[in-house]
Amino acid sequence: MSLALDALTILAVSAGAFFFLAGTVGLLRFPDALSRLHTLTKADNLGLGLIVLGLLLQVEGPFAALKLIAVWLLTLLAGATVAQLIARTARPGGRPV
Amino acid sequence: MADFLLAAAGFVLATVAVGLVRILRGPGDDDRIMAAQLLGTGGIAVLLLLAAAMSVPAAVDVALILAVLAAFITVAFAKGAARSEADRA
Amino acid sequence: MAFDTGVAVLVLGVAVWTIAARDTFAAVVGFVGYGLLLALVWVRLAAPDVALTEAAIGSGVTGGLMLGASTRLRRTDTPAVGEKPGAVLRLAAAVLCALVSAGLAAIVLLFPEPAPTLAPPAAANLEVTGLGNPVTAVLMAYRAIDTLLETVVLLLALVGIWSLAPDGIWGGFPGPRHKADSEGVLTFVAQLLVPVGILVGIYIFWVGSVAPGGEFQGATILAAMWILTMMAGQVDAPPVSQRWLRLLLIAGPAVFLAIGLAGFAMVGAFLAYPVDYAKVLIVTIEIPVTLSIAATLALLVAGPPERAPK
Repeated sequence: MSLALDALTILAVSAGAFFFLAGTVGLLRFPDALSRLHTLTKADNLGLGLIVLGLLLQVEGPFAALKLIAVWLLTLLAGATVAQLIARTARPGGRPV
Repeated sequence: MADFLLAAAGFVLATVAVGLVRILRGPGDDDRIMAAQLLGTGGIAVLLLLAAAMSVPAAVDVALILAVLAAFITVAFAKGAARSEADRA
Repeated sequence: MAFDTGVAVLVLGVAVWTIAARDTFAAVVGFVGYGLLLALVWVRLAAPDVALTEAAIGSGVTGGLMLGASTRLRRTDTPAVGEKPGAVLRLAAAVLCALVSAGLAAIVLLFPEPAPTLAPPAAANLEVTGLGNPVTAVLMAYRAIDTLLETVVLLLALVGIWSLAPDGIWGGFPGPRHKADSEGVLTFVAQLLVPVGILVGIYIFWVGSVAPGGEFQGATILAAMWILTMMAGQVDAPPVSQRWLRLLLIAGPAVFLAIGLAGFAMVGAFLAYPVDYAKVLIVTIEIPVTLSIAATLALLVAGPPERAPK
């Protein structure tokens, strides 16, 4: 049982790390600030979600698992709203912050 | 498992480092504001992996406040950049 | 090992970039990044309490403080870039920094093995204090006088910042008036993130008695949430002459001092706690101190008064 859990963790964490890599590739290759913002918030948050999924299988106790999920949800909330804010400042002539 | 998680943390840190180089170089403030968010999300991932790899559960708490503070500091940066745009305009 | 080397190289790289940045905004961004990476280093060194404090105060609040300073200094940016220091001065600065680094490295590398430490007696006396976290025991029981002095120093710093206001505005509203945009993103952020942040702050403060955490870190998060609400224009910064604000600021150090003096009556020494009531007294000190420090830090970042009081 724990071998299967370990295998799943390795799979999920590797997928998460892959998405972080994809995010950085996007940061390097995309032409302007607004599209870089896309990769930063979407790819990195997805990577974080997969890593949290993998770590949930390793953790002991419901409270620790709840804390991991809380961290992920908070990062998701913060990242999504802050991305809108950065886009407002990056876009010339847009609505003021 | 601990070694794998530590290696994964190192990999994520490396991708964050490369992204940071690109962002900090970027002309203009709009790119640099994203540095806090990049380090925030990447740092949280690294901290969660380290918490499991080193068996330091308190690192999850550090990740928790990192999430709150990365949002706060990015808002402060965006406000600061917007205000100085208005000053210069 | 490879991970640690990678983190060290990254920290050094960001530090060099921060110093080399030509524009204050960029330097502040670099400094905040440096602080976040340093928190990673502390976790690697198995010091999560220091990591919490570094991320919260060293990166978050100090970043906000320096950002405020940088925004106020924007007008002096262009003239400042034109006045670069001469080669002799830069060489002298480089030599001085190299000497200090060499000295620090020598001290660390020449530590006797094992390094002298008070950790065993600190851990041995932990049950007497009723706490589970040795760092909190050091801060609130063994070296409580240092913590008391820190809270007073923060208040002095705040008075220093307030004194920067011109005479006619003394006692007024700190910082500019931020407009609230009811459809805007900032309002949404403030309404959704701030309650969660307050919960996180209270949790970190409360968990400090048994796990890494404590009043300074929790207070910093509460302060950050107050500043966020002010930046979103949801509340205006209170004028610094308000009585309730000043009572809030001194409540923490005052309670701390009172319990310290009561130690004379109860046990015969300043800041000594009677054994059965140690935990109760420590919590009684911690709650007002957390609120006071949160208010002090928020007002420090808000800055000197810029609008006259009504």
